[in-house]
Amino acid sequence: MSARLTVCHECDALLQEVPQAEGGGNAICPRCGAGLYRLGPDKLQVLLALSLSALILLLLSNLFPVVGLNIQGHQVETTVFGAAGQLWRDDMPVVAGLLLATTVLIPLIEMLALAWMLLPLCLGRRPPAFVLLFRGLRLAQPWAMVEVFILGVLVSLVKLSHLADVLPGTAIWCFGALMLVLAVLSSLLDHRVLWRAWEAAR
Amino acid sequence: MKWVSAADCGLALCEVCGRVENAAEHACCSRCHAPLHRRKPRSIERSWALLLAAYVLYLPANLLPIMETRSLFGVQRDTILSGVAFLWNSGSWALALIVFVASVVVPLLKLLSLSLILVSVQQRNVQARQCARLYRLLEVIGRWSMLDVYVVAVLVALVQAQSLATIAAGPGVLAFGAVVVLSMMATMAFDPRLIWDAASTHEPVEMNRESKRTTKT
Repeated sequence: MSARLTVCHECDALLQEVPQAEGGGNAICPRCGAGLYRLGPDKLQVLLALSLSALILLLLSNLFPVVGLNIQGHQVETTVFGAAGQLWRDDMPVVAGLLLATTVLIPLIEMLALAWMLLPLCLGRRPPAFVLLFRGLRLAQPWAMVEVFILGVLVSLVKLSHLADVLPGTAIWCFGALMLVLAVLSSLLDHRVLWRAWEAAR
Repeated sequence: MKWVSAADCGLALCEVCGRVENAAEHACCSRCHAPLHRRKPRSIERSWALLLAAYVLYLPANLLPIMETRSLFGVQRDTILSGVAFLWNSGSWALALIVFVASVVVPLLKLLSLSLILVSVQQRNVQARQCARLYRLLEVIGRWSMLDVYVVAVLVALVQAQSLATIAAGPGVLAFGAVVVLSMMATMAFDPRLIWDAASTHEPVEMNRESKRTTKT
């Protein structure tokens, strides 16, 4: 089919594609108002840098404790893995799995896949297993919930603050930074960018 | 305003990579090999099934305790609502409001509004723009209901044997997590293009027009 045609994924309207112009902005479906794609130059390097920094932040936020408690001089700290482990011991393996998957595993897989795809694309090569990883990325995206987790940690800090002194851990700052990086990343990441780069590469 | 839908022209949008293909010639996308559908197969049935399961679990999620606090004074069982009440009484009313909205109002509204969309699509009596806006809202807010699961996870990990009290997760968390996951899956199973199909059955056809360009301010 002609490359100039595009279809809205939400209302199936047949539309003419807006040419990629300089500057930012999004193309919006005139029929249903769904966001269609980003306009402006592709920023593969920026995307790669963001996904690598997200990987580093993700690593840090899982190595360090998220929150600590000081109960009469007795200090308790927990990481995300610690929390999942405790849920597991409490006979809640499903909830433990849900916690690990949404805050660690899925963001990790997402960022690894993105970095794996972007690194060769920046060098003008087609990455191996691109199609498979792209489909994985699309499947994983709705299930990464780092920003919800941060709010959850804040709520639990307030709930505990009457019991003991709460100490926000190193990881909560890393999670905060990760949330910002992920927000910028998802506002810049357009699936068309990846496929355009893939088609241009060899 | 009248629009030509891709399905009317025998075109299908690849749901994975966004390529426009001729649906008669290709069963799979020629670029990413994902199977092509004009609409998601069995979208309404799957959406209803997941939605009903979420409705069923909504009751235990709100009635069963999500947290059990054991201390010298006995066992205290907290449901989601009693957690909100605790936050409210202890003076953090802003946080109480956030938790109440995220874990009581939003899940119920999600279930009800998805049912509304499904029923109106099946009755072919759709306010398409409102329905589409509602559906987009559902996709955005669905994840925030996970809040309470995380709160329990952090509390359980921190308040353990060393202190005067221990907190254990209650069966309500499992039901609550299931409601969130099931309603997210129900939203994903639904195909928003059906809204526009139902709305445009009586609309005559006109040629496509250029998509609007908006610039961020």
